[in-house]
Amino acid sequence: MDAEEERKRRQRDRSIAIAVVLGLMAILFYVATMVRLGGNVFNRPL
Amino acid sequence: MAETLAKAEMPVAAAPLGGTVGDYLALMKPRVMSLVVFTALVGMIAAPGGLHPVLSAIALICITVGAGASGALNMWWDADIDARMGRTAARPIPRGQVTGDEALTLGVILSIFSVLTLGLLVNWVAGGLLALTIAFYLFVYTMWLKRTTPHNIVIGGAAGAFPPMIGWASVTGSVSLESVVLFLIIFMWTPPHFWALALYRCRDYERVGVPMLPVVAGKDETRRQILIYSALLAPLAVVPAFIGLGGRVYLVASVVLGAAFIALAVDVWRVRDGREADATAKRLFAFSILYLFLIFAVLLAELVWRALVG
Repeated sequence: MDAEEERKRRQRDRSIAIAVVLGLMAILFYVATMVRLGGNVFNRPL
Repeated sequence: MAETLAKAEMPVAAAPLGGTVGDYLALMKPRVMSLVVFTALVGMIAAPGGLHPVLSAIALICITVGAGASGALNMWWDADIDARMGRTAARPIPRGQVTGDEALTLGVILSIFSVLTLGLLVNWVAGGLLALTIAFYLFVYTMWLKRTTPHNIVIGGAAGAFPPMIGWASVTGSVSLESVVLFLIIFMWTPPHFWALALYRCRDYERVGVPMLPVVAGKDETRRQILIYSALLAPLAVVPAFIGLGGRVYLVASVVLGAAFIALAVDVWRVRDGREADATAKRLFAFSILYLFLIFAVLLAELVWRALVG
């Protein structure tokens, strides 16, 4: 494998890792909001 | 006596390929993180009251990521000496896999996110303690004490001792005697643990000018200090059995483990020459890791047992 291919592979792996972390953070904040607000999350004027 | 060392400019090699994901994880010192998550968990379980399991998990993640951020910042600052020490030469920055700037960026981002998330989602006492821990480890230990005084790891050890207190504060929103005792156990454990390592890695520290106790005060004085701290640690670790944290099993375990710790410290103090001297220091270093793990594991097991059985 030449250096350019290896560089691209590492870049892709890093991008995937960042995407996974950001996705998990979004889920984490969503779940935490539900836990902290509970049923009150729906308690707003329509 | 070794001269104290000013931070040298690290000739950071360019990272033409960029680091692997593993390199960035290595910046966060995963083994230290595992001990941090474990001791923080014990602090959380030991704390009175309850925290929603999801928020507990978030608190643990934040504390662990905060510890990882400290590791990355430490590797950024210490890259110059890491490159010249056998134990640390294979870290990502000295190997040229990750640049110092990348480590700094990773550390700063993770620090901010871990502190803000813990503060916003759990409570600000815990978030504040995590911020204090990261700042203490970076500014007080890494940047100031490590290269200027042989007491570096005595005072700097406080950073590693905070996690159970942060875990406790995550649940209670406060700090109390019990969490201070857990803090003190790790605080007193740190000097004999690192001095045992420094005894057989003395040349490494001497070469890079880090004034570890064996380099500055000599190996005999270090052995004496190890013995003193071990003699203080052993009874201190028994205290949780008398303040309602640990029960009878913990009492027996802490006494037996403490006696073994002191016995190994006496060996280090007694055997001063040849390879056997290094071997005794290595034995104490290895046992000290097992000791801390077992002390907290037995405490955790007993707390869980008590919660389940009543």
